Amino acid sequence: MKTTSAFRLSGLWRRKAKPFRLTPTEKISAVLLVFLSIFMLAPLVYIFNNALKPYQELFNYPPTLWVRSPSLQNFIELWAITKNSAIPMSRYIFNSVFVAVATVVLVTGVSAMCAYPISKHKFPGHKIVFGSILVTLLFAPETVAIPRYLVVSNLGVMDTYFGHLLPMVAVPVGVFLMKQFIDQLPDELLDAAKIDGAREFTIFLKVVIPICMPAVATISIIAFQDAWGNTETSALFMQDETMKTFPFFISTLTSNMANNVARQGAAAAAALFMFLPNLIIFLLFQSKVITTMAHSGIK
Amino acid sequence: MLKAEPKPITSLDATAAFDTARKTQTLLQKIWSYRISYIFIAPFMICFILFIMIPVFAAFLLSFTYFNSLQPPRFVGWDNFRYMISQDLLFIKYALPNTFKFSVIVGPGGYLAAFFLAWLISILPRTSRKWFALAMYSPSLTGGIAMAIVWQPMLSGDRIGYLNSFLLKLGLISEPHLWVTSKEYLMTSMIVVTLWSSMGIGFLAMLAGILNVNSELYEAGKLDGIRSRLEEIWYITIPSMKPQMLFGAVMAIVGTFKAGGIGSQLSGMNPTPEYSGHLIVNHINDYGFIRMELGYATALSVFLLLLMYVANKFCWSLFGTKEDE
Repeated sequence: MKTTSAFRLSGLWRRKAKPFRLTPTEKISAVLLVFLSIFMLAPLVYIFNNALKPYQELFNYPPTLWVRSPSLQNFIELWAITKNSAIPMSRYIFNSVFVAVATVVLVTGVSAMCAYPISKHKFPGHKIVFGSILVTLLFAPETVAIPRYLVVSNLGVMDTYFGHLLPMVAVPVGVFLMKQFIDQLPDELLDAAKIDGAREFTIFLKVVIPICMPAVATISIIAFQDAWGNTETSALFMQDETMKTFPFFISTLTSNMANNVARQGAAAAAALFMFLPNLIIFLLFQSKVITTMAHSGIK
Repeated sequence: MLKAEPKPITSLDATAAFDTARKTQTLLQKIWSYRISYIFIAPFMICFILFIMIPVFAAFLLSFTYFNSLQPPRFVGWDNFRYMISQDLLFIKYALPNTFKFSVIVGPGGYLAAFFLAWLISILPRTSRKWFALAMYSPSLTGGIAMAIVWQPMLSGDRIGYLNSFLLKLGLISEPHLWVTSKEYLMTSMIVVTLWSSMGIGFLAMLAGILNVNSELYEAGKLDGIRSRLEEIWYITIPSMKPQMLFGAVMAIVGTFKAGGIGSQLSGMNPTPEYSGHLIVNHINDYGFIRMELGYATALSVFLLLLMYVANKFCWSLFGTKEDE
């Protein structure tokens, strides 16, 4: 039983064609998917091109999709926006990078640590703990922004990096995915380590984490995407301008862009800058994500 | 207590008080023996309690008060809720119907689309699956502000807007439409853009679920007389991936109801033109952070939480696995 599931996991992308997986159906679905992919990718292709378009090309009529003479002018313009203000662009970018990296480390570590005992120790109350995590999977933080704001202001972490980090750590999805993945580990493996005299923390670090790398990678990706694009913590918990993040700064710049096309090029450059790290990280770990997601079901 | 013989806890002859005392003691012993487990879960649970549990409970409490963040909250009973359903015209005329329309299309629509796309991808040979999965997933990587930047010029109201210029060229429209700044089209644009970016982790979970269905089941099903693809999906694929379907559904609900910023990000106006893109989340932020009526704003959030809870219950009844299964 275990071998089959392990086999199926390793071969997720490799399912053999089944008897009535005939070529005509494959063709139809391929054609449909190509059209849908065009719809899905067109805006991204466009933003990529727009970011590289020099100023005069941005306002051509009729607008063109492909850039003719790519330049980095927009990136330079984006960088220059803060030239005359007290806070340089690099500060926002530093905040964003620092918050994103720290969030990833904290979220994966904390979620894995929490998921391991819930899955394997069956301590008194583990059902209640997991039950409450399951219920709150759907309480998006956006819905309770006000009481959250009150909590953060009472904790005294306003205008500190903790104000960015701590609310991001409380993401139930991470613990949930991790727990479902650890459930697949055979108990014998952990027992064997215990008999060898390993302490819980050693087992966690040396046995559980290495096997659960796909889940760790997945949670890192999710946490990174959340933190990298997050404007909420900057908007609500940071009054000090030097503590705000890059996406928040961009959102203040573009809040009136529908009526104002002057900064479209710079905005496109910013959007590309926001998008690319997500894409690169996802590409690196894509197969691991799918492996983890196979266990994501709520049973 | 010390001379107590080990008895089954349910024994009828033991006195209730004695029984509870012993139970508590064994429970405490048990908890102590698991102390390392509690240390492991502590960091997450502290954040979880601080930033999720307490806010949710505080929301329930504050929703029965008048609170403006300067004076202490004053208990007002059901007043907030009464005002919500009888006098708050913005809520009744715009926020509620808009949210309803938006979530009925984006929630189930996005969910079905995710399943359909995942199924289409699963049909293909493995080499191409990866690329299509990436194509479908990558829009959700834009998220938040980047998403608005991507779409604004597309939907821009003048001739330079890509959609307008494209449709003008095809002759489908005679003059540029104001896709994001007029009340007729804003909601549609919001729905399309949100659907575009909604193939997130719920979609990946369902894709993994479909790919993970034991292929022997399909062969067995064929022997048992399953003839069409639809029957195959209905009798084999969906029942075998119920847990992933449920996870996908929960993610769809969250994604749908938390949407709020999209209207003002696209139109560049807050509130949106004639409140055409005004959702409950916008209404909450309006009362909470602009008018500073925090009591009423939390009452609105409680209402939203209840909506999510009902939608969630419904999905559990569809896809939840019973204990004995």
